[in-house]
Amino acid sequence: MSGMSCNGNGGKQTCDFRVKISLFIPCFIDQYYPGAGIGMVKILERLGHEVEYPESQTCCGQPAFNSGYWDEARAVAETMLDAFRDADVVVGVSGSCGAMQKVFYPELFHGHAREPEAVALAGKTHEFTSFLVNVLGVGDLGASFPAKATFHDGCHGLRELGIKREPRELLKHVRGLELVEMAEAETCCGFGGTFSVKFPEISTAMGEVKCASILETGAGLVISNDSSCLMQIQGLFDRQGNKIRSMHTAEVLANF
Amino acid sequence: MSTESIQFHRDADRLAHDLRHRKLIQKALGGYYAKRDEQKAKYTDWQMARAAAAAAKFEAVNHLDKYLVELTDKLAGRGTKVFWAADGAEAADYISSVAKAAGVKRIIKSKTMTGEEIHLGQALGKAGFDVVESDLGEFIVQLREEPPYHIVFPSMHLTRGEISDTFEKKLGSAPADTPEALTMIARNVMRKKYCEADMGISGANFAVAETGHISITENEGNARLSTTLPRLLVSIVGIEKVVPKLDDLAFLLPMLATSGAAQNMTCYNTLLGGPRQPGESDGPEEFHVVLLDNRRTALLADAEQRDALHCIRCGACLNVCPIFKNIGGHSYGTTYQGPIGSVITPHLRGLQAWKHLSFSSSLCGACSETCPVKIDLHHHLLQNRRNAIAQKPVWWEKPIFGGFAWLMRRPALYRLAAPLLRIGAPVLHAIRGKIFDPARMWTGTRDLPPAPAQSFKEYWRSRHAKR
Repeated sequence: MSGMSCNGNGGKQTCDFRVKISLFIPCFIDQYYPGAGIGMVKILERLGHEVEYPESQTCCGQPAFNSGYWDEARAVAETMLDAFRDADVVVGVSGSCGAMQKVFYPELFHGHAREPEAVALAGKTHEFTSFLVNVLGVGDLGASFPAKATFHDGCHGLRELGIKREPRELLKHVRGLELVEMAEAETCCGFGGTFSVKFPEISTAMGEVKCASILETGAGLVISNDSSCLMQIQGLFDRQGNKIRSMHTAEVLANF
Repeated sequence: MSTESIQFHRDADRLAHDLRHRKLIQKALGGYYAKRDEQKAKYTDWQMARAAAAAAKFEAVNHLDKYLVELTDKLAGRGTKVFWAADGAEAADYISSVAKAAGVKRIIKSKTMTGEEIHLGQALGKAGFDVVESDLGEFIVQLREEPPYHIVFPSMHLTRGEISDTFEKKLGSAPADTPEALTMIARNVMRKKYCEADMGISGANFAVAETGHISITENEGNARLSTTLPRLLVSIVGIEKVVPKLDDLAFLLPMLATSGAAQNMTCYNTLLGGPRQPGESDGPEEFHVVLLDNRRTALLADAEQRDALHCIRCGACLNVCPIFKNIGGHSYGTTYQGPIGSVITPHLRGLQAWKHLSFSSSLCGACSETCPVKIDLHHHLLQNRRNAIAQKPVWWEKPIFGGFAWLMRRPALYRLAAPLLRIGAPVLHAIRGKIFDPARMWTGTRDLPPAPAQSFKEYWRSRHAKR
C-alpha cells in the first residue's frame, strides 16, 4: 500500500485505496461492549473500506490458553482459523485478543497440523488503532468529543504488540478532547482474564491503584484500546460510587 | 490445593487489602523508577546493553560444562578448594564439616540469596555455630527471625520505627530515628563480630571462568570485611553465576547496579581470587567455593525456560511487578519473590506445590520489559501453567474449559448467549456479591457492566436486514 494515502487532515476523511477488512470482534466485545465494534465499523467504512464480519467467529481461546488448557484453547482457536481463512486483512478491536492471535497463536499451534494457518492468521491480524495509524496512515478522523480524558495502556497491546503512540496519535486530533496522562498509565489494571476471578483480592488491589491514578488526573473519562481493562476499571469505579466514565478508543473516534 | 498455595492465598489476600503496607512499598520504591531511568539514560543504548548482557549469560548457561570446569581449574590453581554440591544438604554439610575441622565457632555472613535458598544460616546455627548476618537489611530481618522480604532490599517492608524497636528489643539500644543513628547501632555490634569471626561466608554475583574470580557487589563494605578478615572463607555460588570472561563484568556490573538499586555503580565491587598467597600479608588462610546445583540442572534441561538461569538477581522485576507491590515479598513463601521467583520456584521446589505462583499473575509483562538480561519472564509463567495442567488438570476446571471449548466451536449455540445474558444480567445484578452469586469472585469487589440492548452480532444482522 506504499505510495497511497488517506486524507486525514480535516475535510473528508477518506483513503484513496480500498482494503477489504475482516472484523475480529472478540466474544466479550460482542456480548458486553458492542459499541467498540460498531465504532470500528463506522470508522473503517467512513474511510471508504469494505468491511465484512465472518459470523462463525466466537472466541480467540485466550481464557483457556492463559489457564494452562492449551488443547481446549487450540480447539477454540481453530474456529478463528476457519472464520478468517479467506480474509485478506483481519482487524481486531482489542489489544489483548489481538495479541492472542498475533503473538500466541504461532506458539499455541507450534508442531501441530494447522501451524501454517496460525502463522498466516498472525501475520494478517492487526489491532485497530495500529491498523489505522501504521497501515492506513490515518491521523485525523474528523471526530469531536468534548471531554477531559486519560488513556489506559492495556498490557497486551503495549508490551506484546508495542502499541503506545498509535491511540494517542488518533485521540490528539479529536476536537474538544483534552488528553491528560496519568502516572500509572502503563501499570496493569489487574484484570488479567481468569486471574481476576482466581485471585480477586490481588486483582482488586491492582485495580484500586489504577483507579487512584486515574482520579489524580481529574479526568472524567478513561479511554483504552481494551474493553476488558475497562470492565475492571469501570466495575471498581461503579462499586466505589465514582462517576468516572470509560470508553473504548473506537467509540470516542466514531463521533464525527 | 497445596499447603503452599493455601498459605499464599491467605497472606496475599490479607496484604492486598492492607493500605498501610501498600503505601509503605509505594514509598519505598518511589525514588527507584526516576533514578533508574536517569541511570539508564547514561547508556548509549540500553537495549543493546541488554542484548549484550543476555548474550554473555546465554553463552555461559549454554556451555556450563566448559565454564564450570574452567572456573574450578582456575580457582584450584591458586589453592582454592572447590566443592560441587548437588543440593542444599550437601552444601550445608560440607561447609559445616570444613568449619568443624578448623575449630570454627563464630561465622560472619555477607548477603547471599543462594545461602537463603538452602537455609544455610539456620543449618549452621543448628550445628552449633554462632552465625551473624553482616548486611544491614539482612541483620535486621535476622534479628526479627524473618526471611528477607526482597532479593535486594531484605527489610524494605520495615519503617525506621520498627527497626528501632527491633534494635531496642534485641540489642538493648536506645531508640533512634535517623538512618545514620540506626546504622551506627548495627555498626557497633558488627565491628566486634568481624574481629571475632573465624569464618566468613559470602555469596557471589558472578564467577569469572577465564580468571577464576568470585565477584561480589555491595554498598556497605560488609562483604569486604566478611571475606577478608576471618581466617576461613566460603563462597556459595549457584552454578548459573558463572560468566565466561572478565570483560563481561564491564557491562554486567553497571547493569546490575542500575537495575538493582538505580545506581551508576555499586559502591564496592570485589573480586576474590583465592586464599592468602605466599608472601601476602592478609586474606583468608583457606578459601572454599561451593558450586550449588539444587535443581538448576533440571531447569537447564528445559530448553524453553533455560534463560531463567540468566538471572543476575537484581530484583528489577520485583520493583515493577504490580503483584509484588500489592502482596509483598513474604506472601510468596519462598526465597525468590516476584516474577523471577514465580518462574523458577516451581522448577526448584516442585511444579504442583508451587504452580499457584505462576497463576497469580495478570501476565502484564512489566517484568520481561525491565529484565536487564532479557528473561522472557511472563511467557515462562504461561509455560509453567501449561506444564502444570498437562501434568495434572484441576478436576473442576477441566470440565469447565472442556465445556467452554465445546460451546465456542458451535457459533449457532454461542449466539444464544446474548439473549440469555439480557435475561440473566438483572438477576446477577440483584444478587451481586452474595454467597449464591455464581459471579461473586468478580462481584465481591466490582460491578458487572449492564447487558447491552443488542450484541455486535445482532447489530450486524439487523443492519444487513435493513439493507
